Parts: sequence; C-alpha cells; structure tokens
Amino acid sequence: MTSILAVDDSASMRQMVSFTLKGAGYEVIEAADGVEALNIAKNKSVNLVITDVNMPNMDGISLIKELRGLSSYKFTPLLMLTTESGVDKKQAGKAAGATGWVVKPFNPDQLLATIKKVLG
Amino acid sequence: MSIDMAQFHQVFFEESFEGLDIMENGLLDMDPGTVDDEQINTIFRAAHSIKGGSGTFGFNDISSFTHVMETLLDEMRDGRRPVTPDAVDALLRSVDVLRDMLGATKDGGEVDEQMAQAQQVELEQILKSASAEASVVSAPQVEGGQSAATASASKQQGWHIVFRPLPQMMRTGNDSLRILRELAELGELKVDCDLSALPPLAGFEPEDSYLSWDLHLIGDASRETLDDIFAWIEDECELAVMPIYAAEPQERVTVEEAAKAASEEPDSTQDVSGPSEVVQVTDRRTGQDRRSSKDRRTGDRRKVQGGGGGGSIRVDISKIDSLINMVGELVITQSMLSLLGEDFSLDKLERLNEGLSQLERHTRELQESVMQVRMLPISFTFSRFPRLVHDLSSKMGKKIDLKMTGENTEVDKTVIEKIGDPLVHLVRNSLDHGIEMPEERLVAGKPETGTINLNAFHKGGNIVIEIRDDGKGLNREKIESKAIDKGLIDVDHNLSDRQIYELIFQAGFSTADVVSDVSGRGVGMDVVRRNINELGGSIEIESEPGKGSAIIIRLPLTLAILDGQTVTVADETYIVPLVSIIESIQVKEQQIKRVAGRGETFKLRDEYLPILRLHELFGIENPNATRLDEGLLVVVEGDGRHCGLFVDDLLGQQQVVIKSLEANYQRVEGISGATILGDGSVSLILDIPGLLRLADRQDGDGLKQSA
Repeated sequence: MTSILAVDDSASMRQMVSFTLKGAGYEVIEAADGVEALNIAKNKSVNLVITDVNMPNMDGISLIKELRGLSSYKFTPLLMLTTESGVDKKQAGKAAGATGWVVKPFNPDQLLATIKKVLG
Repeated sequence: MSIDMAQFHQVFFEESFEGLDIMENGLLDMDPGTVDDEQINTIFRAAHSIKGGSGTFGFNDISSFTHVMETLLDEMRDGRRPVTPDAVDALLRSVDVLRDMLGATKDGGEVDEQMAQAQQVELEQILKSASAEASVVSAPQVEGGQSAATASASKQQGWHIVFRPLPQMMRTGNDSLRILRELAELGELKVDCDLSALPPLAGFEPEDSYLSWDLHLIGDASRETLDDIFAWIEDECELAVMPIYAAEPQERVTVEEAAKAASEEPDSTQDVSGPSEVVQVTDRRTGQDRRSSKDRRTGDRRKVQGGGGGGSIRVDISKIDSLINMVGELVITQSMLSLLGEDFSLDKLERLNEGLSQLERHTRELQESVMQVRMLPISFTFSRFPRLVHDLSSKMGKKIDLKMTGENTEVDKTVIEKIGDPLVHLVRNSLDHGIEMPEERLVAGKPETGTINLNAFHKGGNIVIEIRDDGKGLNREKIESKAIDKGLIDVDHNLSDRQIYELIFQAGFSTADVVSDVSGRGVGMDVVRRNINELGGSIEIESEPGKGSAIIIRLPLTLAILDGQTVTVADETYIVPLVSIIESIQVKEQQIKRVAGRGETFKLRDEYLPILRLHELFGIENPNATRLDEGLLVVVEGDGRHCGLFVDDLLGQQQVVIKSLEANYQRVEGISGATILGDGSVSLILDIPGLLRLADRQDGDGLKQSA
C-alpha cells in the first residue's frame, strides 16, 4: 500500500489531508511537526511526504532538507503545503530539495490530483 | 470525490481560537522596539495557520482579513518593519475582530463586516505607511510570450517545448516521465529524446539526469496549464516553450538553440510562477531555520473548549497512558483475587490481605489519575489578564505592571470555568481602586509603575490564588462611614481593621467616588464571595494603608472529592466539609446564653456565636444529646459568619466522593450533596452557608420547639 506522511501543526488541516488521502486508498501517517515527522520517516520508509511550512520545533523546509539528506529519501517526492504569497518559501523549499508544492487553500480534489500525478 | 468539509470545522475553530490566544499573549509580551524572533514567529505561525485553514474551509472573509495581519507580521518578523506600540495595538484589536468573526462564523451568526472592514483598512494603512522600508505590491501581470500566444490563438495548433532537465533534477524527487505523462494528457504529444548528453558508461552517474526532450504538443492546452506542469522544476531545467502556428512551417529548434533562447530571456521562465502572484519586492530572508521551544506550545495544547455547555477537554496523552496503565494493574489484581476466591482456605489469608491492599493502592492511584484528567493549569484563566491590564491601564492613564506566577498550578476544570469572572472583578478592583495615578504614586514616594501580582500555588491541600497590589490599600474610614450610612454597623462599634475590610463583601457595598465603567457599580464583592463559596472556597482580604492590599482565595483541590468530617445526630451520619470547620468544642453550661427572640448563643473567646441544633433544623427525632453539654459544638464558618453546629458526636475524617443531589433527586436547602460511606449507607454533605440561611428563616419556629 502506498504510504504518505502528512505533516502539519494544524490538526484540522492534518485531518483534512489525511481523510482525503485515506479515502483514496492511501495509507496515511500523521505528524504534528518536523521533528515528529523526521522520527517517523527514519523508522518507516514512506512513498511521499506532504508537509506544511510554518511549524514549531522544525519547520517544513528544514524537514525537507533533513529528509533529502537521508539515503532512503533521495528520490522520494517531498511536497510542501504553502500559501499563494509564499514565493520565497517555494524557492527556499526547492533549494532544500522539495519536489513541489500544493498551494493553500486547496480542496480535496486538487490535493488528490497532485498526489496522483506525483505518485504516477 | 466529494468530502464534507464541515466535519473538520470544529477542530479548525478550536485551534483557531487557541491560535488567537497565542497571538494575543505574544503581542502583549512584545516589547516595542526590540523583536524577539521566536516570539514574533509564534504569532506569525498562529496567524498563518488561521489563514490557511479558513481559506481551505471556505471562510474567505476570515482568510483575507488574516492575510493582512500576516503580511504585517511577516514584515516585522523579517525586521523590515519596526515593532511600534501602535502596530501592536492595531494587531491586538485585529485579534479581537478576528475572534468575533470566528465566533460568528462558528455559531452561524452574522459577521460584523463593517467592523472587519474598518480594522482591515487600519491595518492596510499601517502597511502602506512610510515607516515600512518596503511594502507589498502586486507584481505586474507579466505577459511576454503569453500575450503573443493569446493574440495568435486563432491559428495556434499547440506548443513546441524544449525541455532539458539539469543533472540534479531527480534529486528533488521530480521525474521527467511524470512531466511527459502529464503533457500527454493534454493532447497529442510527439516526443523526441536527445541522448547526446549521455556519458560513456564508466562515467555514468545513476542519480543524474542526462536525457533532454524535444516535444510537440498538438492540442488547445493553455500556457498556464503548461506553466503549472513545469512550475515545480522551473529552476531545475532549461525550458523553452514556443507556440506552434498552423500557417507557418514548423521550425525545428535544436535543444541548444532553445536553451540559449531560454537563458537569454530569463523572464519567460521566471514568470511561470503564476500571474496572480503577489511578489514581495524586498530582500528575502529565506530558508531560515526557525525552531521553537517545545514548552511554549505544549502548554497551550490542552484547552478548555469554549468554556460552556458540556464541552470537551483536551488531555495530555501521558495522563491517558497512566490511566490505561492503572486499569491494567487493576485488572491483574482483580483476576488474582478471583483466582484466590475460587478455592479459598484460611492458609491463603495472607495472600488475600496482600491482594486487597494492592487493590486499595491501585484504586487510589486510579482515582488520582482520573482526577488528574480534570485538572488544567490555571494559565487558562490567567491568560486573559495581561490584555485586560494592558487595555484598562492605558484607558485610565495608569502605569501598571502585571506579574503572574504559578500559572502551571493545576486546578479542576470547573474551577477554571467559574473562577474567571470573580478574578476579573478583583483585578479590575485593584486597577481601579488600588493602584494610584502615576503622579500620586510619585508623591507617595513609590515607583511610578504600580504592580499587580497574580499568584497561584498549592498550600495544605488547597489551591491558593492571590491578587496582590502595591496601591494605596483599603480606606478604613471610608468603609466605616459608608457602613454606618447603610446601617450595617453601629456608630460606636469596636471592630478590628480586618472586620471592617470584611464589610466590602456585603451586598451593595461600593466606596468608589465615581462609578466608572471599570468597577464601582456595587454589584461585586458579594457576588465574588458567593461564586467562590459555590466552589467550596473562601476569600480573605489583607490591606495596609499606603502599601497595598491583597485578596486571598482558597479553593479545594478538586470538586469531585471532599475532605469531610463525619458527625452523627441520632442514627444519621452527616459530612461537614473540613474547610468550613474552625474547631470542635464541648461547651459548659455557663458559656451558653439564651437571648429572647434570637435563640441560643455561646461565648467563644469574647465572641457570642449562635448555636444551630442540627436535629431541630432537620427535624430528627430522639437525638442522643439534647442538652448542649451532652453533645459537641462544631464551630463552622460560612459566608463570613460563624456559628456552632450542635451534633451528638464526631466520628472521623475521611475523603468522600460527592454525588449530586440535584441530579439524582432534587435540590435540598442546607445540603450540598450526598456520598456513600464505606458500609454502603448514604450520608448527606452539609452546606454551611445554606444551613445558616435556613436557620435564619426557621429561627422563630426553632425557638418555639425548644421552648
């Protein structure tokens, strides 16, 4: 089963992402911040990570940088959830190794479409 | 796929209100002029989350309002805008507006759009103000190839795309195949692969991209659609996109030429990011690593939900874990005991005793853990005070420093919900009556800035909350003359300072010269005392002229369990809350004084206290003691009054679990609840203030009966 790690400090966003993806048949693991996500990712290899940018403890960009540095995540799609005003965020994310982004606000269909594209 | 987004709304509102609290606290802590990175980051994150959530869940007015706040915060965070008191105040007001908007949206009410508009305009003006080194501007719609494309759309057949990934593209998890797959969905795709960059096998780096693509897409895909597809990799490839026109012969562009074209025209690829983008024309600080201290957030994680109704409660996972752990232990003990019971013989008595004491220990631990679940840090109540003091002190022109300690002291959830209003009243009193105007303070030789200390701590099985100020203290003369005016005391009384101060807890007592909108409407301290009594607590006042005053509130640790003294009258057993008991004595005949029309009193250390005979109050027949020197007098305190409760005997002290009478039967005057004793019998818990009121009314009858 394709597994996705969903990282967001906002419980409502996390639930929404998770609910949407689970409904489409993916296995979803949730994490509330970068530190938690990194720990999960180190112990279990997931097929895709989707992360918020602004989070306490470790933000999304640091998380992506850390993940990209792990050999098992060298080619894993790492997506960030960002707002339309986050041009610099997108670039910082890319520099850290992000595959791409999903622009907030988004609806479940847009999210699924993007995830499906990336996972092929 | 359709998903009902409404199911996430509850969580969204909960965390948004939490976010607002975080923002408010952060803003109040902020020292204008100096920017604490982490502090402002925390505020920013909260705003950002609210914006993201509200946009996603379709609350667009909230989202656009928060966007302006976020922009302002973002500039402050990057140090592009100084943190001025005005901006902080504007943000604080915006927090209020946002709270109203969220509240209205949550309850399905009308959002006060005018107010929101006005506030948004204020924020926007700050944003535009000259003090900002730079401000946000909308990027001009970048046309370039796009306009050309639309102009000639009539004869356009499709696109000629030259796509050359940079070697490292795959390392961001991007894949040329995905791009090709997506393009193929848009129409008829002709793919030519350029292998020229492939190195000999020996020098082949498996993680690099070597292939380039020359693509002809025939179809009516828009430039935006293409831009979207390449948006993620715009910096990781060389890309040239050219329209194909039907009339013109298709010009073969080699990869080299196209790449060259692309690099000569940086705009054509740079602008792919989307036409509606708001670009910040400033130096960008990107990729900074913002870590936050964990405790800052976890403290706010558990939260009383909305405060009203049934409500829910967020509980630390560790507390739940310890509960589950305890239940596990209990189950083990239980199975051990039932095994023992299957074929019990006397030689197993020791093991039985062992098992029973284990059971007792686990039960007690379980009880404590369950109680813990209801416990929340008092910071939930305290957190509103910085704002209150900030707003009121600036309104009154006073300088006040609020110091809070012991915010992490845990109290019962019900206390959190009920103590808020009384505390607000007391803090307002300190602000209004206690702390003097700055000039007055200077004259009195005190620092210009007054201090209010809000303090919570555990003491002897109680929670103590103190509100202490260094203001002018209570004015004995004023209270005295007012009390005489109102006929509360005689002119020639000889009351101690403390007794005079106690008078402010009487109904309708206010000494404020002018009734301000802060305090002084005379509905106050009596209500405060009643609220606190309802929580099973007591309130006390200390004051020193010119030095300040302090209100000390004592509350029981939990409202579900009570430390009680068991007393008997005839065959009945009652529980007297230990907190109300001052002492228990056996009176001698000569201490008793009967006053016509006012019942029996007894003398205790120069004071005459009324006697309440419990058997008379409750109509119990055949008490063991009818003569006062046969039984015991329990001296109790309620509502600031003392009296002697006449009972047959004292049994012992024990913790009892309070069961509500109202919920199971009906409200009974003088009784606050019931409990079940160790032998299975039901015992009533006495409500001392209620008993005193009951006695006031029965006074006449009681006298007749005893006569």
